[in-house]
Amino acid sequence: MKALDQVREVMRRDRVFNFMAQGQHPVIKGKVDVSKDIILYLESVSVSFDGFKAINDLDLYINDGELRCIIGPNGAGKTTMMDIITGKTRPDEGSVYFGQTMDLTKMSEYEIASAGIGRKFQKPTIFPEHTVFENLELAMEADKRVWITLFARLTPAQNDRIHEVLQTIMLEQHAELKARHLSHGQKQWLEIGMLLMQNPRVLLVDEPIAGMTHQETEKTAELLTGLAGEHSVVVVEHDMEFVRSIAKTVTVLHEGHVLAEGSMDEVQNNPKVIEVYLGE
Amino acid sequence: MKLPCITGHLKCLLLLLMLCLSVLTINPVLAASGDEQFMNALQQLTAKKFNQKSQAISEIENSRHSQVKPVLNALLTGNLYYRKSDKVVFIVQKQDETFQLIDVLSDQQVAEVGKRTLKKISINNTLRSQLRSIIARVDLSDPNADVRRSAVQDMMKDMSLDAVNLLQEQLVIERSEIVKETIQVAIALYDIKSDDKATKLNAINALGDSVHPEANNLLKYVVSKDADGNYVENDLELRLAAQNAISTVETKLKIYSFAETLFFGVSLGSVLLLSAIGLAITFGVMGVINMAHGELMMLGAYTTYVVQLLMPNSIEYSLMVAVPAAFLVAGFVGILIERGVLQFLYGRPLETLLATFGISLILQQVVRSVFSPLNRSVETPEWMSGAWEINSALALTYNRLYIIIFSLIIFALLILILKKTALGLYIRSVSQNREMAKAMGVRSEWVDALTFGLGSGIAGIAGVALSQLTNVGPNLGQAYIIDSFMVVVFGGVGNLWGTFVAAMSLGVVNKFLEPWSGAVLAKIIVLVFIILFIQKRPKGLFPQKGRAGGN
Amino acid sequence: MAHKSIFMSMLADDRGGKIFLSLLAIVTIVLPLLNLAVAQDSAFHISTFTITLMGKYLCYALLAIALDLVWGYCGILSLGHAAFFALGGYAMGMYLMRQIGDRGVYGNPELPDFMVFLNWESLPWYWYGFDQFWFAMLMAMLIPGVLAYLFGWLAFRSRVTGVYLSIITQALTYALMLAFFRNEMGFGGNNGLTDFKEILGFSLQQDATRVGLFVITALMLAIGYLVSRFIVTSKLGRVVVAVRDAEDRARFIGYKVESFKLWVFVFSAVLAGIAGALYVPQVGIINPGEFSPLNSIELVVWVAVGGRGLLYGAVLGAILVNFSKTYLTAALPEVWLFALGALFIIVTVFLPKGIVGLLQQMKARKVKEQKNESP
Ligand SMILES: Nc1ncnc2c1ncn2[C@@H]1O[C@H](COP(=O)(O)OP(=O)(O)OP(=O)(O)O)[C@@H](O)[C@H]1O
Ligand SMILES: [Mg+2]
Repeated sequence: MKALDQVREVMRRDRVFNFMAQGQHPVIKGKVDVSKDIILYLESVSVSFDGFKAINDLDLYINDGELRCIIGPNGAGKTTMMDIITGKTRPDEGSVYFGQTMDLTKMSEYEIASAGIGRKFQKPTIFPEHTVFENLELAMEADKRVWITLFARLTPAQNDRIHEVLQTIMLEQHAELKARHLSHGQKQWLEIGMLLMQNPRVLLVDEPIAGMTHQETEKTAELLTGLAGEHSVVVVEHDMEFVRSIAKTVTVLHEGHVLAEGSMDEVQNNPKVIEVYLGE
Repeated sequence: MKLPCITGHLKCLLLLLMLCLSVLTINPVLAASGDEQFMNALQQLTAKKFNQKSQAISEIENSRHSQVKPVLNALLTGNLYYRKSDKVVFIVQKQDETFQLIDVLSDQQVAEVGKRTLKKISINNTLRSQLRSIIARVDLSDPNADVRRSAVQDMMKDMSLDAVNLLQEQLVIERSEIVKETIQVAIALYDIKSDDKATKLNAINALGDSVHPEANNLLKYVVSKDADGNYVENDLELRLAAQNAISTVETKLKIYSFAETLFFGVSLGSVLLLSAIGLAITFGVMGVINMAHGELMMLGAYTTYVVQLLMPNSIEYSLMVAVPAAFLVAGFVGILIERGVLQFLYGRPLETLLATFGISLILQQVVRSVFSPLNRSVETPEWMSGAWEINSALALTYNRLYIIIFSLIIFALLILILKKTALGLYIRSVSQNREMAKAMGVRSEWVDALTFGLGSGIAGIAGVALSQLTNVGPNLGQAYIIDSFMVVVFGGVGNLWGTFVAAMSLGVVNKFLEPWSGAVLAKIIVLVFIILFIQKRPKGLFPQKGRAGGN
Repeated sequence: MAHKSIFMSMLADDRGGKIFLSLLAIVTIVLPLLNLAVAQDSAFHISTFTITLMGKYLCYALLAIALDLVWGYCGILSLGHAAFFALGGYAMGMYLMRQIGDRGVYGNPELPDFMVFLNWESLPWYWYGFDQFWFAMLMAMLIPGVLAYLFGWLAFRSRVTGVYLSIITQALTYALMLAFFRNEMGFGGNNGLTDFKEILGFSLQQDATRVGLFVITALMLAIGYLVSRFIVTSKLGRVVVAVRDAEDRARFIGYKVESFKLWVFVFSAVLAGIAGALYVPQVGIINPGEFSPLNSIELVVWVAVGGRGLLYGAVLGAILVNFSKTYLTAALPEVWLFALGALFIIVTVFLPKGIVGLLQQMKARKVKEQKNESP
C-alpha cells in the first residue's frame, strides 16, 4: 500500500516537475539547481492556525533572477508565506522547493538560510546590543558552525566587504554605534544590509520602506532592482507607488490564495482585485 | 454554674446561655424520674435469689438510664458491690487492699473502704449470658455506628446462639454498611462452626463477601492443613468454596487498595491544585513568575494559627473564619507586592522571578522574627479528624476528603469569577491584549493589582488547607513552590483546566508510584518525567492558543 | 607571539578585567606570604581560616563567571547551575573519600565509612577509578558537562526558552537533590562526603596545603576568566549575544542557534564543575544541600548584583555578596535574609545592570558634564 502510494505520489508530481521524486537533497550553497529557470516553488500549500486558514491552497513560482512584488490586504497571508519558505512555519499540506532539489519543508531555518534564502522581517529585527559593524559581520556569508566561529578572524577582504555594504546602506558614520540607537528607517537599512552581507540567492523582503523618507524609498527601489538578475527578490509591500516603480510582475494574495498575477496595470484593472481592495 | 465567659464572642455566649437554660429547666425533672426507677432496680439486685436478680437486671435495662452499661459491665466483671450497712450499691475499683467506691449515678469516687464493709453481688451463668446480651443490645442500639461496630467486634470473639439471634435482628434494622458487614462476618463466624454442611457453605460464601480481616483469616484456616498435613476441613466442596471465597476477597481487597491509592492521589492532586491555581493565574494571566507564592501560602497557614489563637474555645469554627481571613491577608500582601515591586517589571518575566524570590526571603524572615523559626501547631477541628470507614478495608480520612471537596469548590469559584464577573472579563481582556484593553478604557493597573491579589488570596486559602496537613513553619512555602510550578508548566500556562488535569494526574501518578518506588524516588520520577515532557511539548498539556510572538 | 597578540586584544578594552586580574595577582602573592612568612602573633599575620574563606569566595567567583556566560551573554537563566557545581564537588569528594583509606572510623581500606555503616559489601561500580586524582578531576568536568549536554540538547532542540527553561532547570537540581539525599545512591545520603584527610598526599589540615589550594583556585579563576573572556570577545561570543537579543534573527541568518546555546551551556557547566571541585577540599564537606534550588537562585543574585553580561561584574558580585553574607550571618543573623531579599528587589527594579552598570552610568554622566562645561 505504502509503496503504491509512494509511486502514485511520484507519478503525480512527475507530471508537473520531474525533480520532485528525488529523495535526499544536499544542502550546498550555490548548488541550487535552477535548470528549469524557477528558483522557488510553492505548490498547493495550506496552513491553518487553530482552524483559521491563513494560507489556502497557494501556488506560487518565482523565477530565477526575477523581482517579484506581492501585495494584498492586511491578513492576506503574505508574512505567513515567507514564514513557510524560511521554515518558521511548517505547511499542513503542499510542497515547497528551492530550485529543483531542495525540499524546504524538511529543512530547518538555519539550513534554509545557509542554503541561500535571506529574509528581512516586517518589523525590523537587528541585534540591538551589537554595533552596526558587528551586525553586518554576524550576517556575513561564512562558515557558521560553532567551533569555527569561536576562532574566526575577520579577513581584510571581509572587512572591505562590510565597509562596502556600510556605504550602500548609508551607515558608514554609524559603524561603531550600537544598533539599538538607530532610527526606525536606519534599522530597516541595517536589516537590508545584513541581507546583502548574506549574499543569498533569494531575498525575501517584507515591507522594506515602512518608516523611510522619500529619498530613502527611491534608494531602496534602486537597490532592489539592482539586486534582481543576480539574485531573485520577493518584495511584499503595501505602498502601490513603490511597487509600481520596481515591479515587472505583481502577485495579489487574498485570504491565503493567489487572486491575480501579472503586470501592475493588469493587476490594478483586474475586477476581482478592485473588489478586494475597494469593495467590502 | 460558672461561665467561662468571653465577652465579645456572641455566638459562644448564646450557646452557653441556651445550655444553662436547658439544664436548669427541663433536664432535672427528667433526670430525677429516670434516676428513681434506675435506683430502685439497683436496689433489687441486692436480693438473694438469682431469679429476683434476673428481674432486677431486666428492670435496669428498661430504665434506659445512661449508667446502665457501666453498672451491668461492673456486674458482669464482678465489680458491683453493696454496702452491708445500708445496702447502697457501688461500683468498686480494687486497689491493692482497699476498695474504692464509685457512685453509680455520678461516676465519681466517693469513698475508700476496707473489704469487709462490702458485699459482692454474685451472679451465675444464666445471669452472665443475660447480661452479655443486654450489654450487646444496649451497645447495638447506640446511635454511634462506631460503638455498634465495636460491640459486634467484641461479640465476635465469643459467639453464641443468642448473640447470633440478636445480630440477625440488628441486621434487619442496621443502616451503616460497615456495621452490617461486621455483623455478617460475626454470624458467619458462628455458622461456619456448625455441623450442617449447607449452613457452613452459606457461611463461607458470606465470608467471601466481606473484606474484614477476621473473615479472611477464617477462610484461610478452612483451606489450611494441620500439623499432620491433613486438611482442617475434610469436605472438598467446602474447601473449594473457601478457596473461591478467598480469591474473591483478594480481588476485592485489590480493588479497595486501588481505590484507596486513588483517593490519596486525588487528595494530593487537590493540594497541588490548590497551591497551583493561584500561581496559574499570576503566571498565566500576567506573565509574572511569583516565587513568593509559597510564602503567601505560608501566610495563609499562619493566619489560621492566629485565628485559632484568637478563638481558642471555638476551634470547630476556626477554619470558617480562617479561610476568608487568609484570603484577605494574603491577597492584601499580594496587592502590596504588585504595587510595590512588580508593576515596574512587566514584560520582564525573569526579573519578576528574581524580585519575587527576594520577597519570599523577606516574608520567611518576617515570620521567623514574629513567630519564631519553630513550627507552630495548628489544631484540627473535631469534624475534620477521624475517617469515614466505608468497610473494613477502605477508610477515607476526613481531612483529605474535605480538602478534595474544598479545592474543587475553590476551583469552581475561580472559573466562575473568570467567566462570569466583570473582573474576570477585564482579566481576560488584559491578558489577551493589554494595549487594546487599555484603549477600551480598562484600567489595566487596577486589573493587574486585583488579579495578583486574587491569585495571592487563593494561595492564602491553600495555606489554610495545608495547615491541616503539614507543619506550619517558615519553610512551608518552599516545600510546595517547585511542585506548584511543575503543575502549572505541565498543564500549560494560562489554562486553568490544564492546571486541574495536571494537578490531578501528577497527584495520582505520584501516589501510584510510591508503593512501588518509595516516596522520594516517586517524586524524582515525576520531576524527570515533566522535564522530558516539556521537551516534547514546550507549552504544556494544553497550550495557550494564539500568535506566538511573531515578527 | 600570535598568542600574545590575541591575549592583548582580549584585554585591550577590558579595564575592569585588567583591574580584577591585577588585584587577583596581588592577593594571590600577598596573602600566602602574610600567612606563611609572618609570625602568628604579628598584626600582619593572616590566618589560615581567612585564606580558606578567600579561597571559597574565589570558587564562588568562578561559579559566577560560569553562570554569567549562560545568563548574561546567552540569555539562558539557569536556576540549576549549583547542580553542576555540586556534581564537580562530589567528584572531588569521592576522590578525597578514597584517599582516607583505612583511616576511617571503621578502618575499612576499600569502603568509605558510610558504606560500611550501611552494610555494603563492596564498592559500587561508579566509585571505581576515583582513587586516581586525574580520573576524579576528569569526572569533575565530564559529569557536569555530560549532564549539561544531555539536558541542553533536549531543551534547546525543542526550543524550551525563557521562564520554562528556568523552571525546568530548577526541577533538575531539585530532582538531583532528592536523589542525592537517598542513601541508596551511594553518595553518603544526608551527610554527604566529609572527614577528608589528604589530597595528593598533602594533609588538608596543614596550613601549606590550604594556602596551596588557595593559590591554585586563584590561578584557575584567572584562567577561567581569560578563557571566558576569549570566548565572549570571539565571534562566537557575538553570536551568543545575538541569540540572546534576537534569536530568530540569528537563526535566519544561518546560525544553528541550539548548537551555540548548547556549547555555551556545556562550557559553563564544566566551569561550574571545576569551581565545585576546588571548593570541596577547602570547605571539607559536600552534601546534597549544595543542590538546593535556593543555592542556584542565590548564585543568580551574585551575578545580578555585580552586573550581568560583564565577566568581572559577576566576580565582583560573587565576592561582595558572599562577604556580606559571612559578615551578616555572624553579626546579625536575622538581618541576613532581609538584606538578601532586599538586594534581589533593589537590583532587579533599580539596577538592571548591577553595580558595574551603575558605575558605568555614573562615569558616563561625569564625562557628559565635563563636556558640557568645557566649551
Ligand atoms: N502563529 C499564528 N497564530 C495564529 N494566527 C496567525 C499566526 N500567524 C498568522 N496568523 C493569522 O494569519 C493571517 C495572515 O497573517 P499574515 O501575517 O501572514 O498577514 P499579512 O498578509 O502579512 O498581513 P500584513 O499586511 O498586515 O502584514 C492573519 O489573520 C493572522 O492573524
Ligand atoms: Mg505581514
